[in-house]
Amino acid sequence: MSTIKKEIICTVCPRGCHMEVEGQGDQVISVTGYTCNRGLEYANTEFAHPVRILTTTVKMAGVSNDLLPVRSASPLPKEKLFDCMEVIRQTEVKLPVACHDVIISNICGTGVDIVATKSVE
Amino acid sequence: MFEINCDVVIIGGGPAGLAAAIGAKEEGAEKVLIIERDNALGGILQQCIHPGFGLTRFKEELTGPEFYGKFVDRAKELGVEYMLNSMVLSVDHENSQVICVSSEKGMTCVHAGSIVLAMGCRERTRANIVTPGTRPAGLYTAGAAQRLVNRQNIMVGKKVVILGSGDIGMIMARRMSLEGAKVVCVVELMSYLAGLTRNRVQCLDDFGIPLKLAHTITRIEGNERVTGVWVAPVDENKVPIKEQEEFIECDTVLFSVGLLPENELTRKAGIAINPITNGPEVNQYMQTSVPGVFACGNVVHVNDLADNVSEESARAGKYAAQYAMKKLPTSTGTVTCVTGRNVRYLCPQKIQKAEGSEKVSLYFRVLNPELGVKLVAKCGDEIIAQKKAFRVNPGEMDHIAVDTAKLTTDAITVEVVKED
Ligand SMILES: Cc1cc2nc3c(=O)[nH]c(=O)nc-3n(C[C@H](O)[C@H](O)[C@H](O)COP(=O)(O)OP(=O)(O)OC[C@H]3O[C@@H](n4cnc5c(N)ncnc54)[C@H](O)[C@@H]3O)c2cc1C
Ligand code: SF4
Repeated sequence: MSTIKKEIICTVCPRGCHMEVEGQGDQVISVTGYTCNRGLEYANTEFAHPVRILTTTVKMAGVSNDLLPVRSASPLPKEKLFDCMEVIRQTEVKLPVACHDVIISNICGTGVDIVATKSVE
Repeated sequence: MFEINCDVVIIGGGPAGLAAAIGAKEEGAEKVLIIERDNALGGILQQCIHPGFGLTRFKEELTGPEFYGKFVDRAKELGVEYMLNSMVLSVDHENSQVICVSSEKGMTCVHAGSIVLAMGCRERTRANIVTPGTRPAGLYTAGAAQRLVNRQNIMVGKKVVILGSGDIGMIMARRMSLEGAKVVCVVELMSYLAGLTRNRVQCLDDFGIPLKLAHTITRIEGNERVTGVWVAPVDENKVPIKEQEEFIECDTVLFSVGLLPENELTRKAGIAINPITNGPEVNQYMQTSVPGVFACGNVVHVNDLADNVSEESARAGKYAAQYAMKKLPTSTGTVTCVTGRNVRYLCPQKIQKAEGSEKVSLYFRVLNPELGVKLVAKCGDEIIAQKKAFRVNPGEMDHIAVDTAKLTTDAITVEVVKED
């Protein structure tokens, strides 16, 4: 397998270091351009398995003019974001809801829950 | 007219108003009242459902609702009172009262020991920046679109062009993409990004949305609904290069071209306004030119981080409570804060000297991005504080702390100097 180079901008802190990662498949061979270890760690994950926190809204049963804000309890694989959105779009919650109640558990088999970010009576 | 008495009255129930109320209560004010025109507390953060809040204050990454939720809980715990669906119409500082109209009580006069302004900001609109063309449907400010999509379940369009690379615009680019819309591009007049780099990575790059730096929209087409926009690169004087104009098809244009503090009430009350921030001038107590009136949050200067808003607002609440209890330190002199090289504005604009010494943080924004610099605070030729900065950027607020005991002149200058 041939090696590939990826430019990755660190988003851990506002400094935004530009890093270059060289790797093969999932394996990272070298990282340059980072300033601290948090950046190195970010580059390793971002190269092989980029993850993102997903935030969106869910319909509430019997409510037509308001939405419940929700988030993934932890970061989700980036390539699964659109699949997760599709499931969330089909969901409707019953009230009341408390902040951090699980709305969808183990979404798309990722092991991550979608939780409410607000309480609604 | 219905009448209410309280120690501290706060206008606006966003993160600034909530933090000020908590600060006032914790300082010992007995009756603290928030007046909010919306039907819920939380301000603009009710529609900011994305993460990125609270990293400095709570050491975790919260969404807007989670962030203000913590303040609402604390305010309720402390017994802060609030009136919703109530709009303040005027601030009468001579009689230390505010007049509001509430759906429940009608016209109401609130007498208070001190008043805190926390009305936030509103967005610049197309009218503020004048884009030529027709006025069809499909034109929104990014924040208005954010409110419609996130709070009212109304999708604003399918094919979107965004003018301005501010954070709200980029965050809406991601939001619209996740909801199935196509964001064609983000157009930015300046040659650099207006918002945070992390938002470019996570909101534009992740979704393959092109960013056109040093470009602008020259015309908007469409009669009833937007059908497209003309986009052209700009030369070094920001003048569009007509020959390179191209047509981009879209049904929606979002304007993310900055925020303006909401200061109609402040102006009407005759409180001194700073021409650069468009907000009231304040000292380190967040006290305006009128002694009984304090101000905090986006009404004073546009903050990029709600964390900063809550810090300065807690301070406003604390000193407003002290003022109401007649405990505010007696001033022994005033020092004016002056902008030096590459500093656009400073907040606070004045420092009150008092018995003893105190650390005061001076917040500021630079005019131009620079790398490898030193931030310096000087009284005359004497340097009283300095620190290194790897990078300064107009989009990110900086600060430098000074010791009031070291203020030997009646002016202090803050400047950004190149490191050799
Ligand atoms: C569209 C938009 C999106 C933003 N997104 C982010 C973001 O993602 N992250 C971030 O950190 N910051 C963001 N900001 C900046 C954000 O405004 C601040 O972080 C924070 O919300 C400021 O708090 P505030 O209390 O000063 O203002 P606000 O949250 O705006 O609260 C002001 C409150 O005062 C009320 N009010 C105003 N006038 C009156 C009156 N006359 N009578 C009664 N009530 C009144 C308003 O209804 C409102 O509830 C955004 C701002 C806008 C406009
Ligand atoms: S590498 Fe370290 S210093 Fe550079 S952006 Fe990432 S966290 Fe910040």
